[in-house]
Amino acid sequence: MAVWVQIDLCDGCRRCTRACPYDAMEIKDGKVHIGDRCTSCGSCIDACRNKAILTDAKPRTIPDFSDHAGVWVFAEQRGGELNRVSLELLGKAQELAKHLNQEVAAVLIGDRVSGLADILIEFGADTVYLVEDAILKDYRTKAYARVFQELVAAYKPNILLMGATHIGRDLAPRVSRRVGSGLTADCTGLSIEPEEGILWQTRPAFGGNVMATIANRFSRPQMATVRPGVMEIIPTPGKKGTVVTHVTELTEQQIASKILEIVKETKPRVDLSEAKIIVAGGRGANDAAGFELLRELAEALGAGLAGTRVAFEQGWIPAAGQVGQTGVTVRPDLYIACGISGAIQHRAGMMDSKFIVAINKDPYAPIFKVADWGIVGDLFDVVPELTKQLQTLCEVMCD
Amino acid sequence: MNIIVLIKQVPNTSDVKLDPKTGNLIREGVEAIINPDDLHALETAITLKETYDATVTVLTMGPPQAIDALSEAMGMGADQGVLLSDRAFAGADTWATSFTLGKAIQHIGEFDLILAGRQAIDGDTAQVGPQVADFLDLPQVTYVFDIEGVNADQIVVKRRLEDGYERIQCSLPALLTVIAGAKKPRYPLVSKLLLACRERAPIKVWNAADIGVTTAEIGLDGSLTHVIKTFAPKFERQGEFLEGSTSEVVHNLIARFKENKLI
Repeated sequence: MAVWVQIDLCDGCRRCTRACPYDAMEIKDGKVHIGDRCTSCGSCIDACRNKAILTDAKPRTIPDFSDHAGVWVFAEQRGGELNRVSLELLGKAQELAKHLNQEVAAVLIGDRVSGLADILIEFGADTVYLVEDAILKDYRTKAYARVFQELVAAYKPNILLMGATHIGRDLAPRVSRRVGSGLTADCTGLSIEPEEGILWQTRPAFGGNVMATIANRFSRPQMATVRPGVMEIIPTPGKKGTVVTHVTELTEQQIASKILEIVKETKPRVDLSEAKIIVAGGRGANDAAGFELLRELAEALGAGLAGTRVAFEQGWIPAAGQVGQTGVTVRPDLYIACGISGAIQHRAGMMDSKFIVAINKDPYAPIFKVADWGIVGDLFDVVPELTKQLQTLCEVMCD
Repeated sequence: MNIIVLIKQVPNTSDVKLDPKTGNLIREGVEAIINPDDLHALETAITLKETYDATVTVLTMGPPQAIDALSEAMGMGADQGVLLSDRAFAGADTWATSFTLGKAIQHIGEFDLILAGRQAIDGDTAQVGPQVADFLDLPQVTYVFDIEGVNADQIVVKRRLEDGYERIQCSLPALLTVIAGAKKPRYPLVSKLLLACRERAPIKVWNAADIGVTTAEIGLDGSLTHVIKTFAPKFERQGEFLEGSTSEVVHNLIARFKENKLI
């Protein structure tokens, strides 16, 4: 299967090079040439206004999915507590379901968790699929994947959303294989494309350098994981819903793994996902003593304390405090980045903060490109001064 | 014990920039490296080899230059390498990639443990590991940062959670995806690298026919998700630099905070 250019018809307008998601095209002597990276995806064919690009590929038939309906959300719970991301996804699910004229459902799996069903209904679920068993008490991959396999086969949802948590990113790809459907990870945007009525899934790639919009035309359910802290919670107080119970037969041998121990780290004083202000530190903090200055500033502000991957690797912050592409995404009103260069992987985790302050010795640090207010200076001078002035202010105001 | 490690050669995304004119990625001059999480998987495998006398086979799907990643892995201590390379593999999403890798693993034969990095720094999906595990019907543990012990039929590992970790006992054979642990990945030894680069190095190159797959099952045709478009993220702000002495600058900053009702 190949894609090629009819050189005579090409006028070098570059529409195709811009449309190519694989950087496979380049202009030489005013005409476009298709290079090695071409995957025959055909994006260039649609882009070309002169119909100069041809292919011998036969279009893939899109199956009839009219018997698939419903926007489902995995209601992740740990120790009987719902993860906030489940409610955020129910908010988004309501919007998607409205566009499709379909219903929202939550999938609740665990042991003695039926009490949570009411909460799920109050936050948007029309139906809650409840699967309870002692063997499902704590998340284990093969057990939960099997439950989803049965539910999806029985009830045929159109869309299935999960939070991109440690559990979600373990479970979603497993379910995707189990049910034979495509999955898009870490979505930051979801919408229904009006012409085809399918889910357009937008997510960062290449460490956050590029945004990609992705579709799943040939399989169902359309699956996506979504980062916590990205979607809005939409409460639906007084809403009525149905609980549908399902039973899955499972043996320990089939699950093949056992949790020996769960060790919790001490919880950070302020939960980053709820903090209005966050003070964050990176390599510029130098060492644990340097990070203490940031901790003092955070205390003066009643703020959450966070850091880059470097800060976590150095042991200055726990795993839950790492902000970025492989850490958490935060959206505080104010994010104060101290000694952080602003590499793309970190920016991906905080760039939706309402206001961003950057303090860095290097005037060319990329962090200044995303800052509302930038201070080129040594954090060892600026941060203690900021703490001092804030404390004085508080004394004056709190008297 | 037979260990298979899945690795990927990726562009160093910290150095990747977008061309403002074309909106495409500038790949020239960007170094091709072994994906960082995969280095941790390799380090874990080689450490297990040293402790339990295992054979380590490293497997990668990529263009011909991905062979450099295999040589580097063998320089670190892997015993043999397999490169899956075929134009027909191109354009694969994680579904098609996991299928291709799964078929290759079945072709390799017996194994006790498969290790993979948690996610690649270009795709960032963290999907291929678990999807390969399901294709092969293996138990999996993701986000593994420490292996406590292994015996003939079980492995005990520590798995990172957002707020702590779990200790998990998993039956073998199994697949683990790995993140950074206590040990830094070792550098390749020059002596081993030279052996890996010579003509009769234990590296096999397989194409689609070698692993018995059809074009409809792999590459773009075998994918279930497709990229509609790519674009540059918009995140630049009109920032202002605060100037002056430290106390002036801080005073002005606090004034901005108050103006915007942040404190």
